[in-house]
Amino acid sequence: MTVDLSLLPDGGVGWLDASGTHSDIVLSTRIRLARNLDGYAFAARARDGERLRVLAQVREAVSSVPLLREAVMYRLDELPPTSRALLHERHLVSKELAGLDVQHPLRSGAAVFLADGLGLMVNEEDHLRLQSLRSGFALQEAYASIDKLDRDLGTRIPYSFHTEFGFLTACPTNVGTGMRGSVLIHLPGLVLTKEIGKVLTSLQQMGLTYRGLYGEGSEVVGNFFQISNQTTLGRSEEELIDQLLRVVGHVVEREAEARRVLLRDAGYIIEDKLWRAYGTLRYARSLTFDEAMNYLSGVRLAVGLKLISSLSVYTLNKLLIFSQAAHLAFAEGRALTESETNLARARYVRKALEEEAGSVG
Amino acid sequence: MLCDSCHERDAVVELTTIQNNAVHQLHLCERCAAERGVETTVTPKHPLGEFLHDAQQQLATPNGEGLRCSFCQTSMADFRATGRWGCARCYTNFEAGIRELLRRVHGNHRHVGRSYHPPMSESMEQSAVLGELKDRLRRAIESEQFELAANLRDRIRVME
Repeated sequence: MTVDLSLLPDGGVGWLDASGTHSDIVLSTRIRLARNLDGYAFAARARDGERLRVLAQVREAVSSVPLLREAVMYRLDELPPTSRALLHERHLVSKELAGLDVQHPLRSGAAVFLADGLGLMVNEEDHLRLQSLRSGFALQEAYASIDKLDRDLGTRIPYSFHTEFGFLTACPTNVGTGMRGSVLIHLPGLVLTKEIGKVLTSLQQMGLTYRGLYGEGSEVVGNFFQISNQTTLGRSEEELIDQLLRVVGHVVEREAEARRVLLRDAGYIIEDKLWRAYGTLRYARSLTFDEAMNYLSGVRLAVGLKLISSLSVYTLNKLLIFSQAAHLAFAEGRALTESETNLARARYVRKALEEEAGSVG
Repeated sequence: MLCDSCHERDAVVELTTIQNNAVHQLHLCERCAAERGVETTVTPKHPLGEFLHDAQQQLATPNGEGLRCSFCQTSMADFRATGRWGCARCYTNFEAGIRELLRRVHGNHRHVGRSYHPPMSESMEQSAVLGELKDRLRRAIESEQFELAANLRDRIRVME
């Protein structure tokens, strides 16, 4: 059995459509809530039978939740590794749920329900990981929809809740609200002007943290950062969202300012650098993932600065996802070696840029 | 009888195991039994008794080292190895330690976000009320208080 992504209304990548606010700087906004079902050991500690019962209980509840009535369910524990990697590369499931993390083998009962912009992972580190994914900078909208889903589900399934500690989770860093809001943001301006260090330090002083493109444990590539709240306890959901909104809003302004400075003080150097990045992507015959990310970062900046017109942010966003190893293997219809992947990546990127090339310049 | 393992102390536990379809019986002293992971202290069945039992164990081992969660058997050592608790009950069983841990991680240990009441509590409350009404109905019938019985039966019908 392989995964049929055509079942998803937007392929699960509607969040790439660059329709949100500040979409030239902010790619997407994600909010997730960690919840556990009362009466079972947490997923990693539970026995196979317990996890399957959790899934059965969730499945029944989901069938009467309006927001998930049209949801598609994938049983990760019944999918081959290539399909699981595909879902992970689309940011629809975590590495742990996909069983791609060496420390966490694939669990029985691992599943995901996917609807328009909403997801529900079952038997991740916590029994439930609800997530809302939006294009651009949209924290309040993302929270409104995840909160609704949470309340609907919570009346059908008993969550583990402690009057003093709040929602109980496997990892103590998620206890309380169980909420992690994160904004995926592109900060090449701050990196090039070497302001990034200061910005990241001040984030940490304000109780926020940053990670790479794929969240916890992932490296920062292509100047993409995920900024999120670090604490989940002792503040309300609204306070946490509000703080993230203010701080990220400030980072967006700093990035926009850095871009203006770059263009003003180093216009031709930047222009040359970014066109070289475009040229490489347009003509290279082999690209590693990191190379592709870095050049895409440059081209994305060029589009943001309006140096390259008519190349859409949406195309660039899609390239980020579709030029990854599992997607390339899927498109080629077979497993690829590392060097074959690099060749396929260059071919894919070249073709995508060629299709829009007529109007670039 | 002496312990089959150390041959020094008195055996207090009879351990029966089945290996390769053969039954083995071992008579062990408390220490040797503990080394094989056999619990020698009797856990009381009463919920409060369980709490007291845990508290006592916590007192016996100041850092809660020997304590295991009564529901999922997670120990402090397991938590230290994985950084994850095993179940919701761990939060009650290791409460004091967890409060301190949360204070260090979040700078706070008190949840101020949205409150939550599990759906079960409502239906459980309802079934408790229903049970009581049925008891009263039985007693009303036994004592031939038919008017009261009819009244109670109506209330039960509404709830069911």
